[in-house]
Amino acid sequence: MADEIKNAAEEEETTVATETAVADPVAEESVQEAPAAAAETPAQGEVVMSEEERKAAEKAEKQRQKEELKRLKEEARAKALYVDKSYDPVEYDPQYILMVNNLKKYFPIKDGVFARTVGYVRAVDGVTFNLKRGTTMGLVGESGCGKTTTGRVILRLSGEKTAGQVLFNGEEVYDKTPAEMRALRTKMQIVFQDPFSSLSPRLPVGEIIGEAVREHKLVPKEEYNDYIDDIMDKCGLQPFHKYRYPHEFSGGQRQRICIARALALNPEFVVCDEPVSALDVSIQAQIINLLKELQEHFKLTYLFISHDLSVVEHISDSVGVMYLGNLVEYGTTEEIFSNPLHPYTKALFSAIPVPDPTVKMNRIILEGSIPSPANPPEGCKFHTRCPYATEECKHVAPCQREIEPGHYVVCHLYNK
Amino acid sequence: MAHKDNGYLSAKESRRISRENKKVTDKLEKQYRRKNVPEDEFLTKLDNPDNALEVRDLHTYFFTDMGVVKSVDGISFDVPIGKTVGIVGESGCGKSVTSLSIMQLLQRPQGQIVSGEIRLNTGDKVYDIAKINAQTVQKLRGRYMSMIFQEPMTSLNPVFRIGDQVDEVLQLHFPGVPLDQIKARTIELLNMAGIANAEGVYRMFPHELSGGMRQRVMIAIALACSPRLIIADEPTTALDVTIQAQILDLLRNLKDKINSSIMLITHDLGVIAEMADYVVVMYSGRIVEQGTAEEIFAHPAHPYTIGLMASKPVVGKKIDKLYSIPGKVPNPVNMPDYCYFRDRCEMKLDRCNGEYPCEINISPTHKVSCYRFYDKKEGE
Repeated sequence: MADEIKNAAEEEETTVATETAVADPVAEESVQEAPAAAAETPAQGEVVMSEEERKAAEKAEKQRQKEELKRLKEEARAKALYVDKSYDPVEYDPQYILMVNNLKKYFPIKDGVFARTVGYVRAVDGVTFNLKRGTTMGLVGESGCGKTTTGRVILRLSGEKTAGQVLFNGEEVYDKTPAEMRALRTKMQIVFQDPFSSLSPRLPVGEIIGEAVREHKLVPKEEYNDYIDDIMDKCGLQPFHKYRYPHEFSGGQRQRICIARALALNPEFVVCDEPVSALDVSIQAQIINLLKELQEHFKLTYLFISHDLSVVEHISDSVGVMYLGNLVEYGTTEEIFSNPLHPYTKALFSAIPVPDPTVKMNRIILEGSIPSPANPPEGCKFHTRCPYATEECKHVAPCQREIEPGHYVVCHLYNK
Repeated sequence: MAHKDNGYLSAKESRRISRENKKVTDKLEKQYRRKNVPEDEFLTKLDNPDNALEVRDLHTYFFTDMGVVKSVDGISFDVPIGKTVGIVGESGCGKSVTSLSIMQLLQRPQGQIVSGEIRLNTGDKVYDIAKINAQTVQKLRGRYMSMIFQEPMTSLNPVFRIGDQVDEVLQLHFPGVPLDQIKARTIELLNMAGIANAEGVYRMFPHELSGGMRQRVMIAIALACSPRLIIADEPTTALDVTIQAQILDLLRNLKDKINSSIMLITHDLGVIAEMADYVVVMYSGRIVEQGTAEEIFAHPAHPYTIGLMASKPVVGKKIDKLYSIPGKVPNPVNMPDYCYFRDRCEMKLDRCNGEYPCEINISPTHKVSCYRFYDKKEGE
């Protein structure tokens, strides 16, 4: 909503600016014209004629202005609606369970009586990464940078993608028919952020965990009960919890239920969307340990989305840093944490409070806040807050390049 | 009595509890509502004149229909002038209730300060906030002590402009000052809080600002009268890491500028380590350990503090498995009569079955409530 308002206001601003810009030369022209006409043609009739001519000229000028304005508006509109769908297709590499190539997801902004699309919120704007089988990738960034949307778009949970490729085991997720998609859903699961709103309050826990298992006929009917007990046991829940309802559990226990629900389908890939953010420190540790144990046991691959960098460092093998819909840096955890390259990553890491009063951090404090994704800055999206921004950064968007094997960064500073 | 096994109450039982509660709360409410009481009644003396705030044996209870919840059960600590005191603990341990007790902003009539003393140093006079009445505390709140709340999204009034909300504090505490002077001061405050376009923000509504900007406005409101004590209740929990760094930096600088004290409440040990001079660790309504930040972080003594530190992953330290404290927090309605942490403690001794341990001084500033340090005390 706020974005729309801002967008509309800015559009208005530009139109006002063009109006004045167009009006100025007109005023000059008419001033020049008037004395010239008076000097050359002193006769009465001709003066009338010239006045008529002038009126006609003024009219034409106004018409021209109008058209100019219309053209500018249309240009602005076309720019707001422009979607670059091009990408270089990637070849499937069997070591990667998930390959994401230039993935984009734009949400339309509707306005006016006919709810026309007036622009896009560029939530995910070109994200490229590969995820190895059995590893964990952490995705970090400020709120509103598109972490959660990336996770959801990979699972095909928020409608169609705008552009790009999502290859899961070498197959494009968005090319599946609904029936194929249903089968694929058992292979990729998600654990949501808020364990208080992601469990149905009207179903007993056994049903929450087992509903999908029954629906997909994963186990024979006679083994069903034992299977649910087994999954619950692995996630640290007691068998008698099956008959209780979610409101009888604490936050940590609920998150265990969410994890059990995801794992009951025996998935290969799980998106963990801030699974510990809503929990207390001591409960956080329990859930993180549980996730690690289950990964070893079931050979899972995680995409771990979080804004807590210390948790991400602990659990991940590789880390991606997002800023305003872009993956600005991506590499192994050791590489990223020991040698952050992108200025945003550096600032983000320097802002982590260290629980040791003797350590005095050399803070890089970023000015301002994150720009609106409906109206992102031109060129490199980080240039408005970047301490090293150059003229080039303001106009040319940088592309992803590999600085060291497996360490990718999107920044002009590393072009050489 | 409540059924201990399942926690469910019959309607009859619940009515009886509620009747009994009403007797107690009515009496306390009557005392709080008194009018035109001579001020001398609330004046007291400080143990140490260098303290901005002294809390002594504070008990804050909530009289609910399920029974009495002892949210704060006998805590004592000092906030020295010009220093920052950090209070840490899990959710539900009584951190926020402590701060609300100091501000007299508890949910009345259920929430009541039952006993204890809160001595606030206002310069020439010292008030005991635990026994104060509503009329007097209004003159102190905002003037000598103020609070920054956790949620900048909900703590500003959405229907008033930012300027009016900052002006209000100044108008209340400095009646008779002309409006243009108040406006000038407000703009100065907004500038001080690091808002670039102060004149513009003065005319804006809260929804036009981002979370970080709103928290800056809250800080401007809290600092309006240069209070002696600023209570910051999880000021950065709702904000991003980069914005958190900005806000903490701002708080630290402003505190020095107006020479006031900060009581910082948070569950993030990293924030505490960075900001606080003294640390208070709370568990289930009691203080289990307190001392200077160096003491607490270098030599944590209480098993709960040790567990809390071990359960948080630290950037740069690679460990295989995080420590997690076993068990869970005891039920606040039926507190055990032994050490509250005994059932979760991995270092417990035989004597831990005794009554709740008292505070033991390990060093002049470092105090801990744990039986593991009783030998040391007896040896001296």
